[in-house]
Amino acid sequence: MARIIVVTSGKGGVGKTTTSAAIAMGLAKKGHKTAVIDFDVGLRNLDLIMGCERRVVYDFVNVINGEASLNQALIRDKHCDLLYILPASQTRDKDALSQEGVGKILEDLSKDFQYIVCDSPAGIEKGAHLAMYFADDAFVVTNPEVSSVRDSDRMLGLLSSKSRRAEQNEEPIKEYLLLSRYSPDRVKLGEMLSVDDVQEILSLHLLGVIPESKSVLNASNSGTPVILDEKSDAGQAYADIVARYLGEEKPHRFIEEKKGLFGKLFGGK
Amino acid sequence: MPTDFQTTPHAAPVMEFKSSSFSVPVLVLSGNDLAVIDQQLQKKIQLAPEFFKHSPIVFDVQDLNKQNLDIDIAELTGILYKVGLLPIGIRGGNEQQNNKALELLIPIYSQHHSIALGNFSKDHTKPEKLKQKVPLTEAEPNRESTTMLITQPVRSGQRIYSTGDLIILAQVSAGAEILAEGNIHVYNTLRGRVLAGVLGNTEARIFCSDLQAELISIAGNYKISEDLNESIRNKPVQVYLQEHTLIIKDIV
Repeated sequence: MARIIVVTSGKGGVGKTTTSAAIAMGLAKKGHKTAVIDFDVGLRNLDLIMGCERRVVYDFVNVINGEASLNQALIRDKHCDLLYILPASQTRDKDALSQEGVGKILEDLSKDFQYIVCDSPAGIEKGAHLAMYFADDAFVVTNPEVSSVRDSDRMLGLLSSKSRRAEQNEEPIKEYLLLSRYSPDRVKLGEMLSVDDVQEILSLHLLGVIPESKSVLNASNSGTPVILDEKSDAGQAYADIVARYLGEEKPHRFIEEKKGLFGKLFGGK
Repeated sequence: MPTDFQTTPHAAPVMEFKSSSFSVPVLVLSGNDLAVIDQQLQKKIQLAPEFFKHSPIVFDVQDLNKQNLDIDIAELTGILYKVGLLPIGIRGGNEQQNNKALELLIPIYSQHHSIALGNFSKDHTKPEKLKQKVPLTEAEPNRESTTMLITQPVRSGQRIYSTGDLIILAQVSAGAEILAEGNIHVYNTLRGRVLAGVLGNTEARIFCSDLQAELISIAGNYKISEDLNESIRNKPVQVYLQEHTLIIKDIV
């Protein structure tokens, strides 16, 4: 059985798709057969970030409607043989997704894959709901500012009440915090919430901090997940996150503040 | 053009039945002289014309029936309409009064305190009345047993309602709403909206170990975050009601 991970946030523009691409690539690079699904029907982006936009033939909605098989729609990544992408449909909207349809696809994928990463759209409506409904683990991507934190909190409430695990009284979804676009300098100046500030509000298990980095934009533009840029701080941050998720002990980096020796010892420039 | 047949099965539901409770004034009658009722009603309404204008009202004739005083329901509702009230229910009526009310499209409200007349025999009403009396005094301990315990964080957008006391061991986020008919205890940071004694229990209290609430209310008396004194913010406090004023105090 595959482990289903939803990458979600509530708010838009915080780095869900970047994170989905990086995490999926990271898991595949570690030798786990991974599929990443774009749930943002109508605003298809994941294929751009993954650099496979020219190879999209069939999409998620085609598979739900039975117009194509899963194997026809899955795109194998050009960097890693163990990574497959299921793109969203650009011409449809979120109503094209149905709970039964999504459930069926995830069930079929589960037989063949070890990890399924669901890239959630922003908001708390149907697309976001279906992306998280079947999840086992949730990566909540949050920017260090109040509205993003508030929206994440709302999403956490939905994860604990409106998901399959919640409805069937199973063990709740495991929730992890990913703090993205973090800039220690601006935290010092008081322009940004610190890790501690965010943790005080959300009290979640911190999986990692991703620093604000030019490499993210470069990676997106070139269609290579940023985790492949091993020299970049953001790439290293995602590599750490994947390792921690898989159970490795890694000290936190890129936080660099008063009590953190780690920042000094390991922090990039 | 799509036909109705094709779209209907896929259309999102356009309605939903929900249960809601409203606070409606009840006009309890103790005399059956319609002229006097009319006169006294007008007097009362003059005191707060805006408040009573088009106000829904339930009239209660239980006392009248206890005294064996009959009243013409049609004429009574006529008076209510005349002074600008909108009768939406009868309570404590006998069978004939209830039938009359239904004819006038006025719903009948539960008559659990009423003396049933007409078809019901005296034997039938007696034990029923007794039964009612006993549970009433027992109602308090019953209430307390409905205490709700929450151990997970209450996140933004979530709403928790307890019919008794509410005890929360995790944090309550900004944008969450916790309500209880009794007391509320939060042994963690309290950031959301907190309303105790929501059915009017003025004895209800709120306790928390770190007060950062957006709104606190006891029996409808509320304070918003802006009105909270800095001296009690981020502190363990208790909140209670003293002569319609919320008192917020350190718990020491």
